Amino acid sequence: MKLITAILKPFKLDDVKNALQAFGITGMTVSEASGFGRQGGHTEVYRGAEYTVDLVPKVRLEVLVDSKEADAVIDVIVKAASTGSIGDGKVWSSPVDAIVRVRTGERGTDAI
Amino acid sequence: MTDVVLSAGDTAWMLASTALVLLMTPGLAFFYGGMVRTKSVLNMMMMSMVTIGIVSVLWVIYGFELAFGYKGKSAWYGAISLSGLGSQVNNLANNGGVYPIPVLVFAAFQLMFAVITPALISGAIADRTKFLSWGIFVAIWTTVVYFPVAHWVFAFGNKVGDTVTGVGYLAGKGLEDFAGGTAVHINAGAAGLALAIVLGKRIGWRKEAMRPHSLPLVMLGSGLLWFGWFGFNAGSALAANGIAGLAFMNTQVATAGALLGWILVEKISNGHMTSLGAASGAVAGLVAITPACAFVAPWAAVVIGFGAGIVCSLAVGLKYKFGFDDSLDVVGVHLVGGIFGSLAIGFFGTHVVNSIGLDGVFYGGGTALLGKQALGVGLVLAYSFIATLIIGFAIEKTIGFRVSRDVELEGIDLNEHAETAYETNSSSRGGSSL
Repeated sequence: MKLITAILKPFKLDDVKNALQAFGITGMTVSEASGFGRQGGHTEVYRGAEYTVDLVPKVRLEVLVDSKEADAVIDVIVKAASTGSIGDGKVWSSPVDAIVRVRTGERGTDAI
Repeated sequence: MTDVVLSAGDTAWMLASTALVLLMTPGLAFFYGGMVRTKSVLNMMMMSMVTIGIVSVLWVIYGFELAFGYKGKSAWYGAISLSGLGSQVNNLANNGGVYPIPVLVFAAFQLMFAVITPALISGAIADRTKFLSWGIFVAIWTTVVYFPVAHWVFAFGNKVGDTVTGVGYLAGKGLEDFAGGTAVHINAGAAGLALAIVLGKRIGWRKEAMRPHSLPLVMLGSGLLWFGWFGFNAGSALAANGIAGLAFMNTQVATAGALLGWILVEKISNGHMTSLGAASGAVAGLVAITPACAFVAPWAAVVIGFGAGIVCSLAVGLKYKFGFDDSLDVVGVHLVGGIFGSLAIGFFGTHVVNSIGLDGVFYGGGTALLGKQALGVGLVLAYSFIATLIIGFAIEKTIGFRVSRDVELEGIDLNEHAETAYETNSSSRGGSSL
């Protein structure tokens, strides 16, 4: 089992979510995030005073998947999230030891 | 008393104007509140709100008499007596002549000016002022500075027959300040500079971003100020007449000019026209036209406004050069805008639009009027700055004027008012609000 984490441009969230649903993914967790990578921050000006804003608003999307599907899911996310410009984000997967569905107590891949 | 009878039209307009001017102070609360960070927005707005409370009460007790009484027969203050105002219900206002409006309407209108002037100062000391100390400051400052200065500028004396008593010093000298370029804006701006010096810089000033947390609130505030300012300026005619109409039109076009001037400077200097610039430019224009609105032609009002927008947009950078944390630019907008507008009358003033007005430099009047204006500017600026420094240091040395470091860092809203403006993290309240 894998946890796929994707950092996305906020306006690409709907595209990624729809692509994942079309692929057959039935659940995900989305949270607001901020950070920076190669895109860096931006500059804002208030009454002539410039402020550098390092942390850019992003969306963090997390999906639990069966290990067999992980690469395909990553491809779906990357394809849907890409605009080709700097700041498109990152996707990574990490191993998951255990998953439990709270309502039924199901464990492992049954709980995905 | 006299054969003047009450005018329903004038009285109706003055009642409406009074309410318009009151609205400026909550408008200012929005204007300032949007410019501070989330952790101090309520404190910023409360500094304006409590000023309405304090000054209104003082006004009834002795403020109106101190500003507009004439029994002191002094150029420097009105009268030291309890006004109460109850005995005046049936009297008409007399300020250099009898106006066909009740004296209580005149008193209520002037009260709103006394309210907003100290509220304007609060922007200079955002995020770091002990609330109780602010309240005490407002009470002392209005008593020692605003009420007397209002007398100097706005009190034209009690006229009975040909005898006038209790004319204010600057009013007697022929200063042309229709609605308070000196008494309100230079006064508040100089006081703001003094308090910014007394309280010192905010922790992290110039090192960390202190961005306005809500520009829509700033836009709302500037809109309310603009709307209310029609009462401030056109109401200062104390009548629904041609002078009120002139002041009204000049208020609109000067503000428009300043809005454009400010964002044009922004476009040239850093490439973007900002909403904060538009809101600030509008207020700068309103400030600059305040003293001039009944003494200049509308084309001149556009020029004065446009010039004020440019000058004030450059002046807000001064605090970085001189190193004082005038947090929301009370100096750059109100002091500089007030000086600009007050002196501009010396150039653009003309008797053509207002028979009581003198001709300025551009109308062949020479520099006589400009000299009167400079006297008013200099006297109010110097008195307000010095008196405020003394009051400010006295409060700082006794009960303290500034909150502790921890309070300032954690947020003054939470510590001074036990409230926060926004629920930034719902789980911190047990998640039950979802």
